[in-house]
Order: sequence, then structure tokens, then C-alpha cells
Amino acid sequence: MKKIGCIVLSVLLTCSLLAATIRVGKPHAINSIKAAIKQSRAGDTILVAAGLYKEGNIVVNKRLVLLGENFPELDGQHKYEVLTITADSTIVKGFRVQHSGHASLDDPGGIKILEANYVVIEGNVLYDNFFGVYVQYGKHCVIKNNSLVAFGKEEQQIGNGVHCWKSDSLQIIGNNISGHRDGIYFEFVTGSVIWRNISTGNIRYGLHFMFSNNDSYFTNTFKNNGAGVAVMYSKQVTMMNNNFEQNWGDAAYGLLLKEISDSYISGNQFRKNTSGIWMEGTSRIKMERNAFVQNGWAMQVQASCMDNLITDNNFIANTFDMGTNGDVVLNTVASNYWDKCEGYDLDRNGFADVPFRPLSMFSVVVEKNPSAMLLFRSFLVSLLDRSEKIFPSLTPEQFLDKSPRMKPLPL
Amino acid sequence: MKKITRFVLTDILRNRIVIAYAVLMAVLSWTVFNMEDTGSKGVLTLLNIVLLVVPLVSVLFSTIYIYNSAEFIELLLSQPVKRPQIWLSLFGGLSISFIIAFALAVGLPLFLYADFHQAVILFATGCLLSAIFVALAFLAAIMSRDKAKGVGVSILLWLYFALLFDGLVLFLMFQFADYPIEKPMVLLSATSPLDLARILNLMQIDASAMMGYTGAIFKNYFGSGWGVVLSFGLLLAWALVPFWISLRIFKRKDL
Repeated sequence: MKKIGCIVLSVLLTCSLLAATIRVGKPHAINSIKAAIKQSRAGDTILVAAGLYKEGNIVVNKRLVLLGENFPELDGQHKYEVLTITADSTIVKGFRVQHSGHASLDDPGGIKILEANYVVIEGNVLYDNFFGVYVQYGKHCVIKNNSLVAFGKEEQQIGNGVHCWKSDSLQIIGNNISGHRDGIYFEFVTGSVIWRNISTGNIRYGLHFMFSNNDSYFTNTFKNNGAGVAVMYSKQVTMMNNNFEQNWGDAAYGLLLKEISDSYISGNQFRKNTSGIWMEGTSRIKMERNAFVQNGWAMQVQASCMDNLITDNNFIANTFDMGTNGDVVLNTVASNYWDKCEGYDLDRNGFADVPFRPLSMFSVVVEKNPSAMLLFRSFLVSLLDRSEKIFPSLTPEQFLDKSPRMKPLPL
Repeated sequence: MKKITRFVLTDILRNRIVIAYAVLMAVLSWTVFNMEDTGSKGVLTLLNIVLLVVPLVSVLFSTIYIYNSAEFIELLLSQPVKRPQIWLSLFGGLSISFIIAFALAVGLPLFLYADFHQAVILFATGCLLSAIFVALAFLAAIMSRDKAKGVGVSILLWLYFALLFDGLVLFLMFQFADYPIEKPMVLLSATSPLDLARILNLMQIDASAMMGYTGAIFKNYFGSGWGVVLSFGLLLAWALVPFWISLRIFKRKDL
């Protein structure tokens, strides 16, 4: 019995030795996080009390748990990268990371994960940083429930909110991002998921994909960003149940698809964008059960797109439902609901008996000559549009929905 | 002068055609707002009607009215009244009566159903368009003694602004498509009151489509506070300049 007690005690002791808790802050002996990290051993917890910590660049090079009490402020004084994590399985929770340096050579971030795996960044506030959270060569990292605010004015002078480069299996969940260049940026990132983030008021894109395959994003809201969301040069991206709202302006899209293939877009809401979806060089995409409401153009499908299937979507109160720039039609548009469709349904099967042409002549004219927008909704244009609907001459004849729905889908 | 204006005003307001015009516009606007599910869609439909019907009725009716009151004008000229006063009070009477008709028929449902900003702009442009096309009618009527010719000219004027001008603009756009023509196009639009009125209204309604690349340029010109003021100034000039030319001709004309 005594023997067992001894063993238990020794195990407990070693455990406590393995995972000590070091307290940092005013009431405690140690006042510096750097000093605490120096003292600590892998597996320790560093508990930081509220207060302002101006310690330059803090490097976490051991497997530590950093916990903040009441959001202690880690301040980069506009000079340093605030927190650099180079150890696997580090956890950073409950800090306010602010005022990182601004530099375009070494890209300082509020929190940078450098070649580390299984890192968790959770529940932090990142305020006025160049890059918010920067992940480079990270695997299985979780970035969850953080709030990232920056005040960028120009694209060149601010970094991205969550920036991920050459990483794999990341989880970006429930973050609130605004005022950065791109809200979330993926380059060479694979097998990752972006879920329930809100990305608003960023200067360029709310979400930006480059060369990132096999990723998914669900249930995010992208609102009022400079140019909406861009997914470029990627394969097998799943985009579901997202909101794309109010991306207005010169070159603003709800969703910009460029050189994308084998992807799936479903259950998204596109509201009040200059262009709901802009597609260029995309192929083999299935697009179903999306709602396009009150956009300038619901979709602009360039002639370089092929083998896409656009089916069971709602097109309601858009100025133009579709736009294109060529005569070739290599995509299938079928069984959508168009509020502009004036067809009839004699056999009462829910689908109109005559095909619907979603391409208005004027949208083709504007595509060729943007300044023709000056004549938008003039008497002459509506006359021309009417005649075009009956005898298509300018618009490609095959660009049509053969079985348009009579009633909108419940989306 | 006041007396003549009042006389013309009461004469026109009792006129069957003007009453029919007001009733037609009222019926159209009420049905439009009751049929369309959203206010701004109603404004859009109404805008199309206003841009087509208001100029046509005001220009045609005014031309015919001026020809018909030739004897009345001659009678007045034999009295000790100055020529500009007669012409001005005729213009005042005609345009005010059309504005009253428009305000009663369209203004009421517009302010009841539509968004306030959109309503104000559409209301103001409608009133100005009435005055503009009355002024153009004065110009058409003073050009020739022949009634048929005058009416023909006024119909042509309407056709030109409502339809031909846009065709011409479209043609020019395609001819000069290779050049940066956005800014000249904005200038060109100022040379037609109907286009100016339409763009002014669309800026309030169809923001999403107009906000494309060219839309942004238009927005810079027409959407800002100064743009709106400038556009209304231009519209006002469209009412005053043709009338002023007709007044100069009238002053010297041997009737």
C-alpha cells in the first residue's frame, strides 16, 4: 500500500514538475513575459495578469500555454513583431496584441506561427497590427474566436488579417476581421477549413485564395469589402452557406472565381453586390441552391468558362441576371428561378414551357462598351431589349435556361 | 402680369385635356405602387412613365395652346402691356399648371410609398421636366406661324430627346469605343434633359449596377452633393434658355 502511495506521489510530483504554472504581472515576482519564457520548461503554463507589456518581440520557442487574464496588452510599439511562435502545440489565449511594426520586407505580424504545428490561437484581440495572425509552414493549427481590427487606408500599407502560407490542415473558426488588406489570405494552403468567420470592411478581399487546393469554407459572412472574395488558381474548393453582401464599387465582386476547377458552390446568399459572381477560366464547377438578390449582375460568366453546371438557383431583383463576353456557350444553365422570366406553365409541372434567356441585350452591350451604362433604362434600350428577347441576334442563341422554374426555391 | 398669369392658369386647369392628363398620371402612379412589391421598384416603373409621358403631354399641349391663343395675345398687345410680360405670364401659367397637375397626380403617391430621397429627386425632376418641355414648346411655336409646322416641330423635339438622342449616343459610343470616352459621355448626357433626369434618378435607385467602372465615374459626377446641384442647375438652364431665346424672338416679331 505504501509502495503504491509512493508511486502515485512521485508520478504527481513529476507531473507538477513537468507542468508548472508561472505567473507574470504586477502582483507577482516576474514582471516580464520574456523572462517567464526563459525560466519555463516545455509544457508549462504562463499566466499573464492584466497590464501593458512592451517587450519588443516575444519568441515562444517551447511548447507553452500562454493565458491572459482580462486581456493583458502586448504592445509592439509600431516597431516589433509582437509574438513569434516556433514551438509545436503552443496555446495562446486571451491576449490583446496591438501595434505591431509595419514593414514590407519581413512582414511583422501580431502573432506569427513559424514552422510550428498544432498551435492554438484562441480568443485574442488583435488591434492595429500589420498582419494579424500569420501562419507560415504550419500544420493542424487552430485560429479560433479572435477579433482582428486594423485601420488600413491603402492596400500597400497594411497586411492581411489571417495570413496563411504553405500550410496544411488549418482551422480558421469564428474570427471577426476588419480593416486589413485581405480578411483571410490563403496561399499554398491545403486541406483546411474556414468556418463562421465575419470579414467586413477590408481594403481588398474578404477572403483570398491562391493556389490552395482541397479547402472548404462554410457559413462565413463577407460584407462590404473592397472587392469581395477571390478564389484563384485553385482546385476542389467547397464554398457553402456563406453570405456575400454589399461589395460595391469599381471592381467589386461578391465572389471572383479565376482559374478554378472541380469545385462546389452551394447554399450561398449573394446580396447587393456590383457583380454577384464573376467567373473567368473556371471549369467543372457545380453551382446549386444559391440565392442572388439585388445585385448589379448576378453572374458574369466569361467565355473562358466551360463545363460548369448552374442549377436550382434563385435570381431575384438583380439588375442583370447574367453577363458574358463571347458567343460560345459551354456551360449548362438549367432549372433556375428567374424573376424576369415571363414564361407559362400549361402542363403544371412547375417548370415554364418556354426557355428563358437570362442574357439581356443591354448587358452584352455594356460588357463590350461599359460607358453604354449611361443609357441604362432608357426608352430606346428597353425597346431594343424587347426585340432581342424575341429574335436573338447580338446575344448567343444557346445561352438559355431550357426549364426555368415558375416559383422560387425556398432558400 | 399677375392677372394674365392667373387667367391663363385657371383657363388651363379647367381644360379637359389637362384634367385627363392628371387623372391618367394619378391612376398610373397609384397602380404602380400598389402592384410593385418594393418602393424602389415602383419608383423605377414610375420613372419610365414620367420620362415618357410628362414631356410629350407638356410639349404638345403647350404648342397647341400657344397657337390657339394667338388672337388672345394679339388682343393683349393692343393694350398697354409690355411684350415680355405677356410672354412670361403665358409661360408661367402653362408651366405652373403642369407642375400642379404633376404634383397632385404623382407627388402624393410618390411621397406616401417611396423612399424619401428617391421621391424628392423624382418629384423635382418631374416638375423641372414639365417646365423644360413647356419652354421647348414656346421655342417651337415661335419659330413658325404655321400651326401644323409648329406642332410637327414639337413632336420631333420630343422624339429626339426621348428616342433619337439615345440612339445617337449609342452609335457614338460604338464608333469611339477604343478611346477613353467616359468623361465626354458625361458631358454629352448633359445635352439632353431626359438623360440627365434619368441618370439623376437612377443614381438614387440602381446603385449596384451603376456602381461598375463607368458607374463609379458617373457617381463622381452625379452622385455627389455638388453633382446633384449641378445637374439640377443644368435642368433649370434647360428650362430657361429655350424660353429666353423664344422671348427674344417674340419681342421683335411682327405678329
